[in-house]
Amino acid sequence: MGRIAERFALLRERGEPALVTFITAGDPDLETSEALVLCMAQAGADLIEIGVPFSDPIAEGPTIQRASERALAGGTSLRKILALVERLRPRVEVPLLLMGYANPLHAMGPRPFAEAAARVGVDGIIIPDLPPEEGEPFYDACRERGVDPVLLAAPTTTPERLRLLAERTRGFLYYVSLQGVTGARDALASDLEQKVRSLKALADVPVCVGFGIATPEQAERVGRWGADGVVVGSALVSVVAAARDRDEAVDVVAQRVAELKAGLLRCLASDAHPGTER
Amino acid sequence: MKSEPDARGMFGEFGGRYVPEMLVAALDELVAESARILPSEAFRQELAALLTHYAGRPTPLTHAARMSEQLGGAKIYLKREDLAHTGAHKINNVLGQVLLARHMGKARVIAETGAGQHGCATATACALLGLECEVYMGAEDVRRQALNVFRMELLGAQVHSVSHGSRTLKDAINEAMRDWVTNVEHTYYCVGSVMGPHPYPTLVRDFQRVIGLETRQQIQRAEGREPDVLMACVGGGSNAIGLFHPFIEDERVRLIGVEPGGEGVGSGRHGATLSAGVPAIFHGKRTYVLSDDDGQIFPAHSISAGLDYPGVGPEHAFLKDSGRAEYVVIDDDEALAAFVYLSQTEGIIPALESAHAVAHARKLAPTLPRDTLLVINLSGRGDKDVSEVRDLLAAEGAEESH
Repeated sequence: MGRIAERFALLRERGEPALVTFITAGDPDLETSEALVLCMAQAGADLIEIGVPFSDPIAEGPTIQRASERALAGGTSLRKILALVERLRPRVEVPLLLMGYANPLHAMGPRPFAEAAARVGVDGIIIPDLPPEEGEPFYDACRERGVDPVLLAAPTTTPERLRLLAERTRGFLYYVSLQGVTGARDALASDLEQKVRSLKALADVPVCVGFGIATPEQAERVGRWGADGVVVGSALVSVVAAARDRDEAVDVVAQRVAELKAGLLRCLASDAHPGTER
Repeated sequence: MKSEPDARGMFGEFGGRYVPEMLVAALDELVAESARILPSEAFRQELAALLTHYAGRPTPLTHAARMSEQLGGAKIYLKREDLAHTGAHKINNVLGQVLLARHMGKARVIAETGAGQHGCATATACALLGLECEVYMGAEDVRRQALNVFRMELLGAQVHSVSHGSRTLKDAINEAMRDWVTNVEHTYYCVGSVMGPHPYPTLVRDFQRVIGLETRQQIQRAEGREPDVLMACVGGGSNAIGLFHPFIEDERVRLIGVEPGGEGVGSGRHGATLSAGVPAIFHGKRTYVLSDDDGQIFPAHSISAGLDYPGVGPEHAFLKDSGRAEYVVIDDDEALAAFVYLSQTEGIIPALESAHAVAHARKLAPTLPRDTLLVINLSGRGDKDVSEVRDLLAAEGAEESH
């Protein structure tokens, strides 16, 4: 069993949903990223996504676009990010996933990437612009080496295709909560509760919900609807952007992660929704 | 050989659909709707009428007699897309797509634009057909092409300035795709060239094929036979594929695409993706791209804003690798000289884009026998470039007098 499956098994035993957090690697530098991953793991993140910056990130809102620009300006590359994971791996137990666009991975090549990722201890990959139809050679190379390809599903995905995605994904299914790009929003999509419930009925794998989730209250609500996890990205990336220095970034991110975790766990305290597993 | 994509939109190893999951349903809808609407009698008649009575088609095929005589080789013809409404071939594609959008029941059309040509053409078609139009344009291009921004606004479009990334065409496309991801249910994305995810490269090509189909008839009428050489500039590649495609199966016809060499391929400041790029995944497709060793896309450069794109249509990548078409490079200085040359030799001011094809013809034509028929696609007129060329020539003159 891979580290992601183990983590979800453990959380299931405890009856807890997962807090998945995201930062852009190399924003503003890789030393900061290293410190942030360590502090997020300590503050209660259950899985951590490390963003691989790309020059043309079409699914990102302004927050992560700017973070990617800063990271690239600082010379961040996929190879340096793999080295970062290698340094982090012995120091954290949480699953580490890379999230990035197809071309930087394509430039390295499916097999060399999968081998390097497996060697340094990457547990999963999320590639927003690589649907399963185009991604098979890549995803196969990863699966064979124990790196879980996590697929995304969207509000517009047809039920038939949802079944295909749920079948082909590994680790978990990443449900995009809204029709749009990444970034904090004031309100959750109006049909999200119903979507999460029907996805849960359909998928054997855990379902995590991301895009637009920023606050502990939003995390709590999505947890209450039965999601196996929530993903928070832009809300943390914007903390890093606003921080005056590395220490402040680490302090505030740790605080936010702890608040998000506490909010998420509040979904367990309520028995107002007896229809769910929890 | 044939050049048609498979069911996944792949031309050999190129093309496909490298898009976020949010767009998969919209692309499936576009495939299904275009298969239903485009062959229908109603759509075909409407589009044909627009092309004839609004865009001014067929455009002439002009024998460039003085140019042919001076160069002393091939007999040169110019396919006059510069005479189409809005001054370039772009109108063929936008009339088709905006009409399709209307048939699909979409009320809002978005587009990207570099220098503003595709933006103006889309705004024109939306004004004509009564659809809402919003255009994304890099902040750097908004500054350089202020007049085109005004043109689009005059035509009723809303222009969004994009200030991320390199602030040029590729970033405008990123932002248009983000808009589409967000508003996909009621919005039609009118892509400006044979790029993007499947089915766009095929859809745009099929609307541009009219260039090649007319050329075939016209040269038959003038010469009683097929042409020998077809030449066109390639940025995204829509005017070139439009001219080439009806001739691909006729292997005796030489197809030559002319890429922008900018300040020289060696300088790194160019847009010659087929000649100097690598296969990569960019803007929804796999094709030749200006991509560095880390897989980051670097900005293209050309004297002509319309060729300033770091990718190229996947069908061109396929035609290059299969050897069916040749791709050559013309740099900024050669294009500028050809701009002046055609103006003074034939009384036609070409777009700087099209001047790249003219420049290569100046090199190639003298090496060909006199009975060779060479057609240059004059994809657009140069009015939009006159002011910039005046500045460039003044700067050149100042340099020479030092």
